[in-house]
Amino acid sequence: MAITQISLFLMNQPGQLVEAVGAISETGSNIRAMSIAEANDFGILRAIVSDTDKVCSLLKDRFLITRTPVVAAKMDDRTGALYPILTALNESNINIEYMYAFTGTGPEEAYVVLRVQDPALAEDVLHAAGITTLSDDSLNL
Amino acid sequence: MGRYYQPEIETAPREKILEIQNEKLVRQVRHVWDNVPYYRRLMEEKGVAPEDIRGVEDISKLPFLSKADLRDAYPYGLLGTDLKNCVRIHSTSGTTGKRVVAFYTQHDIDLWEDCTARAIVAAGGTEEDVVQVCYGYGLFTGGSGLHGGSHKVGCLTLPMSSGNTERQIQFMMDLGSTILCCTPSYAAYIGESLAEMGYRPEDNKLKAGIFGAEPWTEEMRRDIEKKLGIKAYDIYGLTETSGPGVAFECEEQHGMHINEDHFYAEIIDPDTGEVLPEGEKGELVFTALDKEAFPLLRYRTRDICVLSRKPCSCGRTHVRMSKPMGRSDDMLIIRGVNVFPSQIETVLLKEGYTPNYQIVLDRERNNDTFDVYVEVSTDQFSDLMSQIQKMEKSLEAALRTMLGIGPRVHLVAPKTITRSEGKAVRVIDKRKLHD
Repeated sequence: MAITQISLFLMNQPGQLVEAVGAISETGSNIRAMSIAEANDFGILRAIVSDTDKVCSLLKDRFLITRTPVVAAKMDDRTGALYPILTALNESNINIEYMYAFTGTGPEEAYVVLRVQDPALAEDVLHAAGITTLSDDSLNL
Repeated sequence: MGRYYQPEIETAPREKILEIQNEKLVRQVRHVWDNVPYYRRLMEEKGVAPEDIRGVEDISKLPFLSKADLRDAYPYGLLGTDLKNCVRIHSTSGTTGKRVVAFYTQHDIDLWEDCTARAIVAAGGTEEDVVQVCYGYGLFTGGSGLHGGSHKVGCLTLPMSSGNTERQIQFMMDLGSTILCCTPSYAAYIGESLAEMGYRPEDNKLKAGIFGAEPWTEEMRRDIEKKLGIKAYDIYGLTETSGPGVAFECEEQHGMHINEDHFYAEIIDPDTGEVLPEGEKGELVFTALDKEAFPLLRYRTRDICVLSRKPCSCGRTHVRMSKPMGRSDDMLIIRGVNVFPSQIETVLLKEGYTPNYQIVLDRERNNDTFDVYVEVSTDQFSDLMSQIQKMEKSLEAALRTMLGIGPRVHLVAPKTITRSEGKAVRVIDKRKLHD
């Protein structure tokens, strides 16, 4: 049930990010969430977009792009909401490679995107703790 | 000891040198014909027999040898004597990763060390001197070549090998090294490190340096001389012909005297193979006149230079070669190590990369920087930074194993490596190594 994140390999140079964002924009797809990891020479743009298939097919000739299943856990947009999510994962000894968050379309609604080794297992753990997660279908809003 | 290590031969009249060369060449061609079937076949293909070579004026009848022959004949194909007569090997990189292995008998070592001893004496060395050898020891010829020459002259020899600059400086200052042997870039680096440690050029006891194994300019020479307070001498050689000492500079610092009693030099047109008259720029070709184990005849060095037989005020009569002005192949010399772009390509393909890469060479604090940019393909790309950094590290390690020198690897996006007229630019050399 995990959602699909796209990752773009960008050079760590001026103009690279604006070009990537422009290209996503041209596909008519909305960027729901994004984060950038940077190294000396390059960066990785990770994003959740509203139409992953379309973005991938239109960008694949211009950018190095890959899809990764990630877990998007729902939480309330309030102090302390992230804590039980991380606690549940920690108790099951699940390591988080990286994460970032975005707010939902509803009031007081937020999501945390979690990159883990086994998204299905992480989702099971979260569901057992009473936490809901998003699927790709629920993203095409 | 005077100004020459072997005055009789180093200052011999030209006729005498020619006489020695003629005699040695005739003998050497016979030796190769009898002992090296690989070369004998090349001679037969060219329709030339030992009887046709009566002296150096006939040398152009002989076939050339190139790095490709060394690769094809690897490892024993060009061996000129039984292995039981050999006492050592040295090795250097080959074009596609296969290394060149050169063999030496004791006689070959002796004549090589005579050559480096001549270089040390030409740089002012006597048995009073303390020679610090910080060329690498091992398969590389630099360390043992200068080491052996230093012994012959009777200098106190410091077998430092390369690296560990702090220790180099400690020995240099504590034991009062007077002659430094290393690559010019390392000499410049030592000079800078000394200055950083608060030493002035007059604080060290160095008087001379013998620097080689990589291209360097007159500007670098002046810089090194100023930083270390010495006179800097160039030395030339290649593993295929024995190692450093094939040619060396005298106090004139105007071209390197080739040890012509051991090595016969020609300049050829690299495209046609035609021998060019004295003074013309072309590819340097060497014939080892009296080496036993690895007797290469007409070996194409790929170094572009000029020969001059004009008399030299130092009294040496041996022909002088200019500093190499470039290469007639794509070999790069990086921190004294020979690197062929094709070697990098071999590693990339083996490690699952596309052969889209670019080598960028530059200088930082007088040291070569060596960067390799490699395009990543879709199937290699990961959303995990740690994964990509691991790929970079593992590619760096694979390249270091192949080349003997570690580049910095930078993974880049596909189609980002500069192409000019559709053809990828493989090498960008910003070092300005030639005047």
